[in-house]
Amino acid sequence: MNEILEILSENAKATPSEIAALLGRSEEDVSKEIRDLEDAGVIRKYITLINWEKLDQSLVFAVLELKVALQRKTGYDAVAERIARFSEVDSVRLISGDHDLSVTVRGKSMKDIAYFVAEKIAPLEGVQSTCTHFILKSYKEHGVILTDKPKPKRLVVTP
Amino acid sequence: MKQSLKNIPSWNADRHLNRTVKGMPPSGIRKFFDLVSEMDGAISLGVGEPDFVTPWHVREACIFSLESGDTHYTSNKGMPELRETICEQVSKDLGLNYDPAEEILITTGVSEAVDLAFRATLNPGDEAIVPEPCYVAYTPDIMLAGGIPSMVPTGLKDEFRLQPETVASAVTDKTRALLLSYPNNPTGAIMTRADLEDLADVVVENDLLVISDEVYSKLCYSGSHASFAQLEGMKERTIILNGLSKSHAMTGWRIGYALGDEALVGAMTKVHQYTMLCAPTMAQVAALEAIQKGEEEMLHMRHEYDLRRRLFASGLNRIGLDCFEPRGAFYAFPSVKDWGLSSEEFAERLLREQKVAVVPGNVFGPSGEGFLRCSYATSREELIEALDRMETFLSGL
Repeated sequence: MNEILEILSENAKATPSEIAALLGRSEEDVSKEIRDLEDAGVIRKYITLINWEKLDQSLVFAVLELKVALQRKTGYDAVAERIARFSEVDSVRLISGDHDLSVTVRGKSMKDIAYFVAEKIAPLEGVQSTCTHFILKSYKEHGVILTDKPKPKRLVVTP
Repeated sequence: MKQSLKNIPSWNADRHLNRTVKGMPPSGIRKFFDLVSEMDGAISLGVGEPDFVTPWHVREACIFSLESGDTHYTSNKGMPELRETICEQVSKDLGLNYDPAEEILITTGVSEAVDLAFRATLNPGDEAIVPEPCYVAYTPDIMLAGGIPSMVPTGLKDEFRLQPETVASAVTDKTRALLLSYPNNPTGAIMTRADLEDLADVVVENDLLVISDEVYSKLCYSGSHASFAQLEGMKERTIILNGLSKSHAMTGWRIGYALGDEALVGAMTKVHQYTMLCAPTMAQVAALEAIQKGEEEMLHMRHEYDLRRRLFASGLNRIGLDCFEPRGAFYAFPSVKDWGLSSEEFAERLLREQKVAVVPGNVFGPSGEGFLRCSYATSREELIEALDRMETFLSGL
């Protein structure tokens, strides 16, 4: 894997000068490669992983499993891209198995999401069935364990 | 006849202590340990172990073995499957074949293996050459074995690699063994194959046994690790000591091993069976899992150390602490000679004034004076913060 991407995928805040120091390369060199990766659309966005459960304001997430009728020429793409345009939708993925699309949705309440699915997703042409799973608790996101546990202690000075 | 309490002479424990033990100096890092322990918000670059926790699959394998009731002694030499697996791995890594039945011993950490190697090979009055600066246990272990440590210097001009003429000038008619510990704690130095070849002549001429502590062998950042045992004709006179503490982040498990000639390893096994019996069974199970299935995680950790190494070593040079390129282990060994303070003064003031803990180089031997051991086995964020604080400290000198 590209070493710059590896570092940025773990920490979007890593600056070109830090990355340059980690890799033993020049800062200009690293900045240029990052710009190229951005221009090529490999780097799409720098985001922050937030543990929403730590906040009072409630956000509700759900995973929708959809069965979709395959369309001539466009396959699943037309429906999937249509669903992806809704701002309530966080991710849309084509999956193997009993269902065709897996969609994550966010809303202010369960009712919010239920209405969204009923009004916007279920009636779409090609969508044959929906199954909504509300997320009750998140243990790990993007490789980060969210359930706080104290870090095991090392002795402070050892030979 | 029962004595009355009044007449019992006072107990003097000192009379009952072993002279060699009494003569052993206390650890030089104790003071720093106490200082840092009392301090809030200190960043410690003084830790000689990985910051990673043992990979989960290894811990899980150990838990499963406990659930299965795998709680008995193993063979003195260690679980046969573990011995076989290590011998296969060593054959792949070094191209050296050891017989899992007779030429390997599983020990309770490399520390035990070091102790056994000296005890099994030195007679009272025998000298063992130890290049310094080095890990703090070799000298006391030699003394406990009745031997006499002969410390020889390594220095910055050779990037702390041991020079053959240094060894030659220290040899007497009592010298029996040479200890090597590369990649090195505290300097981060390595010995290349060519460097080791330069030593072979003096080793053979003086009929020395080589005890090679290679616990950092997996943490080499420029080319692969070279062992003295790989040199032509040197395998039989070398005991390799290694373990999983540093490579697989398994310090607390205490699993090490010794590889060598049947007679040498056999002698070590004799001492081991009367003192330790066997290495902890659950830790041996974990070690087996780590070697069989832990390569990817090991490489991941090494990669992370390598990134931090570049970040930290270049950072030290940037702020004005001259540091040669550390090529192994996870230590940088910058010089403080330009700053008008001894290692100890520098380390103590840095800790008190900026709350960054490092270990003064003289703790590891006289040639370490003028240097600091900084462990980069800590997070990138802490390393960056530590560099900032060190820069502030230097600007106040």
